[in-house]
Amino acid sequence: MKPYHSLIFEISQSDRSAVDLPDSDVDTINLNDKFPNHLLRETEAELPEVSELQLIRHYTALSNKNYGVDSGFYPLGSCTMKYNPKLNEDVARLEGFNRIHPYQSTETVQGAMHLLYQLQEDLAVISGMDAVTLQPSAGAQGEWTGLMIAKKYHQQNGENRSKVLVPDSAHGTNPASAAVAGFETVTIPSNADGLVDVEALKAHVDHDTAALMLTNPSTLGLFEKDIVEIADIVHEAGGLLYYDGANANAILGKTTPGKMGFDIVHLNLHKTFTTPHGGGGPGAGPVGVVKELTPYLPVPRITKEGDQYRFHTDEPLSVGRVKGYYGNFGILVRAYTYIRTMGPDGLRQVSESAVLHANYLKKRLEPYFEAPYPQICKHEFVLSGINQKKLGVRTLDIAKRLLDFGYHPPTIYFPLNVEEALMIEPTETETKETLDAFADTMIQIAKEIEENPMMVLEAPHTTVIGRLDETKASRKPILRYTKQE
Amino acid sequence: MGSTFRYLPDTAQDQQAMLDALNIDSIDNLFDDLPTSIRLNGELPIEKAIAEPLLMKKMQQLASKNTNANQHSYFLGAGTYDHFIPSVVNHVISRSEFYTAYTPYQPEISQGELQAIFEFQTMVCELTGMDVANSSMYDGFTSVAEAAALAVSSTKRSKVLISQAVHPESRAISSTNASGLSYKVEEINLLDEITNLKELQQKIDQDTAAIIIQYPNFFGSVEDLNQIKQIAESHGALLIVSANPLALALLQSPGHLGADIVVGDMQPLGIPMSFGGPHCGYFAVNKKLMRKIPGRIVGEALDANGKRGFTLALQAREQHIRREKASSNICSNQALNALASAVCMSALGKQGIRKMAQLNVEKADYMAKQLAKKGFNVINRAPFFNEFIVSLPVSARTANRKLIEAGFVGGFDLSIDYDLANHMLIAVTEQRTKAEIDQFITVLEAL
Repeated sequence: MKPYHSLIFEISQSDRSAVDLPDSDVDTINLNDKFPNHLLRETEAELPEVSELQLIRHYTALSNKNYGVDSGFYPLGSCTMKYNPKLNEDVARLEGFNRIHPYQSTETVQGAMHLLYQLQEDLAVISGMDAVTLQPSAGAQGEWTGLMIAKKYHQQNGENRSKVLVPDSAHGTNPASAAVAGFETVTIPSNADGLVDVEALKAHVDHDTAALMLTNPSTLGLFEKDIVEIADIVHEAGGLLYYDGANANAILGKTTPGKMGFDIVHLNLHKTFTTPHGGGGPGAGPVGVVKELTPYLPVPRITKEGDQYRFHTDEPLSVGRVKGYYGNFGILVRAYTYIRTMGPDGLRQVSESAVLHANYLKKRLEPYFEAPYPQICKHEFVLSGINQKKLGVRTLDIAKRLLDFGYHPPTIYFPLNVEEALMIEPTETETKETLDAFADTMIQIAKEIEENPMMVLEAPHTTVIGRLDETKASRKPILRYTKQE
Repeated sequence: MGSTFRYLPDTAQDQQAMLDALNIDSIDNLFDDLPTSIRLNGELPIEKAIAEPLLMKKMQQLASKNTNANQHSYFLGAGTYDHFIPSVVNHVISRSEFYTAYTPYQPEISQGELQAIFEFQTMVCELTGMDVANSSMYDGFTSVAEAAALAVSSTKRSKVLISQAVHPESRAISSTNASGLSYKVEEINLLDEITNLKELQQKIDQDTAAIIIQYPNFFGSVEDLNQIKQIAESHGALLIVSANPLALALLQSPGHLGADIVVGDMQPLGIPMSFGGPHCGYFAVNKKLMRKIPGRIVGEALDANGKRGFTLALQAREQHIRREKASSNICSNQALNALASAVCMSALGKQGIRKMAQLNVEKADYMAKQLAKKGFNVINRAPFFNEFIVSLPVSARTANRKLIEAGFVGGFDLSIDYDLANHMLIAVTEQRTKAEIDQFITVLEAL
């Protein structure tokens, strides 16, 4: 294939277009007669001008420079890069789902509302919660919504609790969401086994604790086996337990956050429930709560009266609106289709296979890379590149070398409590052959580091571009195209 | 027990081989660390799996229960519109190298996405007249709330003024956001259907971080940003404008009129209505606010050979690095929809987008004039883009019932969020024909 390096603005030529709109069938209007002069544009917005084939070739060339789950193995820890079923895409594009308006009367969208209602019920069962809102557009928005619920709940009980506890292995969004909800964050250290240090937790929990946010299994891929005790400690102090569902792919049909004692849960439908990541979004982050917190859920809520579905906004204790309309409906349609495809048996097998795959891959890599936590893992595990670092090669270099072999690298330098971390999540949708081939490649890279480190230090060798100077890109940022005269 | 699920590839032999390697008897051993008290006994009580052909049929049946824009003519807008989407858009976003990719944290194998977003940012800057745009937000409404939060943190003031002519959902989400971050949101009443500038003058003070205006406003009318900017500036407050990007093809850009932050939703350009989501918020700022903008931004960079590439830039603002000190908690955004709108804008081009916007103005104008001719009262005093208010002899709800029988989805019922009984907000996009408009009016006449 011919290399392609142009921006769409650089192939633009005046008077080309990829669209033909019909001519007006009503009277033409001189804009100057309708709008005051100072509110009309003097210069046109410089959008590109290309033919339809030019447009398609441009974006096809760009797509060829991009790597998705359909391109190859994508073991990005905590991101659950599993296969995105094609059926889900087709269903979401049915005209009865994607050409309907959020404000048309509810009698005319009963099919869509049935789907939303049923998905709420399914997610409530899967998470062990009593009620679910589908509004949040992503995990981070779910976290914020959940914490706003916690805040309002405490206020309603006459308390202004100001602190949210998060373990040191938590996702960055946890403390960031706590800040947006107006809380202070307190970090709880992990113990030597990588789990929440229960003694440290006890020392930090008090009457000012609004909630503890926990990912279980943690970002280290470890199950918090003391979860029942942890829940008791937080509840006894009057705090709530928040479940970050980023790692829910490990527990489907095996346990639920509800059983573990959590009060608020968000699920990332773009992780566990196969909706595509889209190059960064859109996702969906529904939030489930226990009965006591149901009145605080965002509005509108969907209710069923007889065989009719309705939207409800009259909820005096609600935290209010968190997102436009009813959430990322098209994403919700995909997740619903997936749940119907798998059923209870399928969902349980998802988690069983995900966990089996992670443990198998870990077993194969342990002899070559430091595994700081040797116990059974769940759907993901963390290795450390400290031994390789001693030889002058860093985890970043290993990641870049993997690109040469056609793999997307694991998550690197996260969680923060593991030095030179490599966080690997193989998912259940990969074959054993893929896991073995990836393990062989990692082992080969480990050998290269000993025998020919330059090969790794200078990687990648085969990509369309080499490592970019990101520091300069941030110091003197160029964030848009400007035409060179 | 090999699975029969098509997304699960493990055969019985595969599983056995992996169990052998792990030196365990069964997969259950891998869940030994779950305390017994929390384990589920028996299956999740949800519906059994449905095979693909049957499921597709079932989903089609469900979809067919919804009245949709393939069968009906939509005169309903209020933030979400039935616009023409060129076929190329769906073809490009269906390329799975784009839609099955994660956030482009590994630039060497994400140049396609990164470049497409860099181009998107450029197009948003062109339309809004701003210096910097990010790679997208959840939707236009949450973008308004994020803009308010940014104004409060950057001015260190504690109040924002928001016009009642800003979309009710933008105002509602802003007030939820404000209750978390402890700032005040005060509303400015309307004068007719536009922001009451006298009241704005009275309410603005030294503690006002920003004025928030919608352009065109919720009722379709074009607010005079010039005057509002002067009011903001005289008190050191920022001007936040929530703008319909299609209207910006014709209207003076908010950046040119002094806006500090411009936000909105790209839905009118290439994104299906989809019952309200996923759409695509955009967020643009002037240079001064560049390092405080929420969300991901793509920047140009060079590799060691001096070759141009693209990478995520200014990441020090973001949650994965700054944690509780980040400028926002946003992580996942609406990247695929940003791509969709970039493709749509590229297809329309510099002239096409103007033509599309012009068609909207002309058709809305035609309909308003025809309604007036037939004796209906069109309320808008200020010039409007593709939406306007009409008063009816009956409730909008009653009118909409008649309209749906005649094959139309009527306008937004303004008795819901405003005290305007028997008033309907009508949107007329380029999709509507003269014949549809005339027939719609005939139904209204018969009420």
